[in-house]
Amino acid sequence: MFASCADPSTLSGLNWTLCYLTTGKHLDFYWSFVTVMMLLVITAPAAMAFGFGGAVAARSHIAPLRWIGKAYTAMVRGVPDIVFFLFFVIALDQGIEWVNHQYQCPDWTEPVWKGLEFRVCPAAKVPLSTASAGWHQAYGFALAVFTFALVFGAFAANVLYGAMEAVPGAQLETAEAYGMSHRQVFRRVLVPQMWTYALPGLSNLWMILIKATPLLFLLGVQDIVYWARELGGAKTQAYAYPHPDWRLYYFLGLMVFYLVMTKLSEIVLGRLTARLSQGQATMAGDAMRKAAT
Amino acid sequence: MTCWETIQAYGLRSLGIGERLLPSSDFTICQQVTLIGSGMIWNLYFGILALIFGFVLATAIAMARAARSPWLRKPAEWFIFVFRGSPLFIQFFLAYEALQLLPKAGFEIFGITVATSWTTKAWAGALFVMFLNTAAYSAEIFYGALRSIPRGDLEAADAYGITGWHKFRRIQWPTMLRLAWPAYTNEAIFLFHATTLVFFSGFPAFQQKGDALYYANYFADKTFNPFIPYPIVGTYFILLTLLVTLLFGVVNRYLNRHLPSNQRSRIRLRPQVIR
Repeated sequence: MFASCADPSTLSGLNWTLCYLTTGKHLDFYWSFVTVMMLLVITAPAAMAFGFGGAVAARSHIAPLRWIGKAYTAMVRGVPDIVFFLFFVIALDQGIEWVNHQYQCPDWTEPVWKGLEFRVCPAAKVPLSTASAGWHQAYGFALAVFTFALVFGAFAANVLYGAMEAVPGAQLETAEAYGMSHRQVFRRVLVPQMWTYALPGLSNLWMILIKATPLLFLLGVQDIVYWARELGGAKTQAYAYPHPDWRLYYFLGLMVFYLVMTKLSEIVLGRLTARLSQGQATMAGDAMRKAAT
Repeated sequence: MTCWETIQAYGLRSLGIGERLLPSSDFTICQQVTLIGSGMIWNLYFGILALIFGFVLATAIAMARAARSPWLRKPAEWFIFVFRGSPLFIQFFLAYEALQLLPKAGFEIFGITVATSWTTKAWAGALFVMFLNTAAYSAEIFYGALRSIPRGDLEAADAYGITGWHKFRRIQWPTMLRLAWPAYTNEAIFLFHATTLVFFSGFPAFQQKGDALYYANYFADKTFNPFIPYPIVGTYFILLTLLVTLLFGVVNRYLNRHLPSNQRSRIRLRPQVIR
């Protein structure tokens, strides 16, 4: 990156460290932190949307919709979610390619699943085999995000369903007595009030989501774990910056990163809880009212 | 090969007993069910041992966290924060790299050589990490329960002159367990779920002796068909979850046996998964 780093073998001490930490691969490593953040930023709202949909479906008056909602919320309870991660990434990939295959090559005669192979016509590959490496990575990342959103959506659905049930029934009855329609009760009374009940569960979920991000590595995304292993491994003299096995220090760095993320989230969520408890008919709300008078 | 022969060949494959080579073509459902089931032995091994050892350490740490002296309280708080605040996945990697740095030849202590190579094996290293991890999570649960012991109970103990160790053993500890048990059941369930991470996180599966998910992943990679092996793992884990709920439910009933039925705490499964 710097001009003085052109010949690493002549460097020593602080210069060496500085040049070492700014190699192209290290910049990729730093970018992968952005990847993780991006995953969090995209997944959190997406999972909330899935969760909201699931919770509403589980409360629906239409039986089939209710069953789907209940099945979705129950999905994550008994099975480790890493199983879902590994499953959905392949299943989604194959599903997309299969649909694309039906659409692109309707007169393809060979079976798609043949023995131990899954083979669609070349035009139906997603992304196309001629696409650049960047596209392949972006596609992998998109699949990972969707999988995360799907699995965490199920958790969120659980939390939101519980929160909707927790809103005092008298509130809803009062609203109906004033002549509000079901839709109005839902929009104006139920949803605004459920957040304070949902927040403890949702903050817990956010913490879990943060701690689930290293699983991106298992889904084949070049994330921080991938780079920590790649960069930390022992480098012989054949490399520009030879060093012994430093993976321990790289992983220590990752650990500190996650601890800082957790601490920051705790502080922010604590403030949010206080804000949402204001004026609520809960213990925290009562305590705040007493403190104010 | 009939299904019975397959079970004989692969039923204990995860322990290295039976057929050496994993099936590589003409996969049958029976093979997948057998091998993945054999992998469950490791999930049970990690889960059960980590729970037992972790329970003891968790009680100690919860007590330390509730102690008045900062010399006890601060380290306990930090221990809980570090293990609950970082992903288990990273803890596995970190522990594996750290254990690899131990001298290969072993230590010399008082003329006795202590071997170190076994610590990098999954059965020891990963178990150690899971033990510390579950201890931290359980300690937080126990600490919360310890703080919510009704004051009246403790005052009654004082009034009867029950103090010190006796008070802890007869009053505090049983009440703490009773209050913590529903949450602790969830912790146990998700500890079993977390055991699937072991062989994906640095610790190598020596001679392809892996856990359930390791074999499921093997089959999915070989057959390009995720729709059979992963649901099999899922089914095994649902059964395991039911079993754990059942066993912990028995203990829960025992802990609550002195209470009228309307005051008993029920076990409810809450989602709280990856660490």
